[in-house]
Amino acid sequence: MDKLIDRGEAKAIVHNGLWKQNAGIVQILGMCPVLVMSNNIINGVSLGLATSLVMLISGMAVAAIRRFVPNELRTPIFILIIAALVTMVDLAMNAYVHGLYVVLGIFIPLITTNCIVLARAEAFASKNGVLQSGLDGLFMGLGLTGVLAVLGAMRELVGQGTLLSSIDLLFGPQAKDWVIHVIPADAHYQFLLAMLPPGAFIGLGFLVAGKLALDRRAEARAKAAPPQPASETATV
Amino acid sequence: MITSPFLTKPTPLQVVMTKVLLALLPGIAVYVYVFGAGILIQLLLATLTALGVEAACLKLRNFPIKPFITDGSAIVTAWLLALSLPPLAPWWMIVLATAIAIGLAKHLYGGLGQNTFNPAMVGFAVLMVSFPAQMSRWAAPQAELDALAQLTYIFTGHLAVPFDAIASATPLDTVKTTILQHGGIGELFAAPLFQAGQFGAGWLPGMMGWIALAYLAGGVYLFASKIIPWQTPLSFLVSLAALAGALHLVDPARFTSPLFHLFSGAAMLGAFFIITDPVSGPTTPRGRLIYGALIGVLVYVIRVFGGYPDGVAFAVLIMNLAAPFIDQYTQPKVFGRKGKAA
Repeated sequence: MDKLIDRGEAKAIVHNGLWKQNAGIVQILGMCPVLVMSNNIINGVSLGLATSLVMLISGMAVAAIRRFVPNELRTPIFILIIAALVTMVDLAMNAYVHGLYVVLGIFIPLITTNCIVLARAEAFASKNGVLQSGLDGLFMGLGLTGVLAVLGAMRELVGQGTLLSSIDLLFGPQAKDWVIHVIPADAHYQFLLAMLPPGAFIGLGFLVAGKLALDRRAEARAKAAPPQPASETATV
Repeated sequence: MITSPFLTKPTPLQVVMTKVLLALLPGIAVYVYVFGAGILIQLLLATLTALGVEAACLKLRNFPIKPFITDGSAIVTAWLLALSLPPLAPWWMIVLATAIAIGLAKHLYGGLGQNTFNPAMVGFAVLMVSFPAQMSRWAAPQAELDALAQLTYIFTGHLAVPFDAIASATPLDTVKTTILQHGGIGELFAAPLFQAGQFGAGWLPGMMGWIALAYLAGGVYLFASKIIPWQTPLSFLVSLAALAGALHLVDPARFTSPLFHLFSGAAMLGAFFIITDPVSGPTTPRGRLIYGALIGVLVYVIRVFGGYPDGVAFAVLIMNLAAPFIDQYTQPKVFGRKGKAA
């Protein structure tokens, strides 16, 4: 019996999700939550993880039923699956991390319409095995989470001089002291632009440019070595 | 002794920029008279920051530094920015705004001639959005502050008297607050802020009106030396005055006179030095008329109905966005051809 998934394939999927086809800074998908919820690390990472969870399960579910889904009806069916999963995440977050649930607000239900979730269901999960699709969903989500974390850290640091602010929403009131004040709190430092939506656009622009610069440097370095055959590169 | 239409060389950029700086000098002189020497410190800080950031960006982009840094365009941006800020703003504000104007709004978009938005106005908008409190702290005209006290205040924030003792709202600010609180301007213009001081010209909105008048003089010089076209400033001022005049006729107790609007805030500085930026505005004659007029409308709407006391920066940025479209639809007919140019 064939192995369900081999090492090289898994590696390529992980690399795609985290770096090569990164949802946030390469595919530039799902911008609405990325731009709004990246005002600090905690918000960004929480939303990213919730999205990852939905993508992991929806990837597997879509892949499992892919042979029975009529092509003409696939979008509503995928959306129904995703919406059901998002509702579960929504209810669970309301129950266990209510403070954060209030902050993230409408952006949890909106994971349903986040194009990256449907994009992976359509472009990857509907054509690949269950394990591959689950892995792809998870790492696409984690790639997005990474972008949200970095962007959140940048905006928080520039905007109010802290890291991990509002961490108490996740871990309860005793976590209030875990907030790192890079600039002392009594300095009342504030640079509103970074906290407002323009800060998200400018920050994301720098991240995209940074990734391109790193890629170019790697390319120049690898010029001598023979090119690796590219594996799955589904883009939407 | 040139008489015939020979081919002429375009004026070098350096000459253009020098003339723009020259044209700003009367405005700066009156500014110093009204608000004291603080503005000179701001101008110096802005110039140094602009040149430093310009050189750093050019180096990063592998451009030759000397020809670009001596063209003067960065200094014009820096001066316009310094003249838009409150004269006693803390030193880091002008440094930050200039760095953003040159680094973000100019070089990230591709440098001189490529910037979609007017760099000085981007810097101003960043400050206005991020630090609204500091941006509205204007010292009263002719406050008793010597140059040393102003210097100390800009760099350390320390003042022998509390800032509130010398602070004053700008005329535009006062009008806005009074209307919000009392619903009309009523007796407002009897207040000392609106008296033109020892110059004694009653129709000007306070001493800041004299600064605007000096900008107007500089603008006329720029027009006379063919640095700026007539369409943009004229259509801007006419549309601002027409709108203000119409509403002033309807309800003089609520809407101030057209002269007040023309000579307060950044209207005059904007008309001749900001909206005439050849890069971020349209290039066709008809386009310039439309562009100026729409900025005038936006400035009036933001001033009277918006949340900010003055609207020149935001109006200019919004219309910068529209400039390429205006250009596209106002292409002049090519000489000798029938119908519309492609």
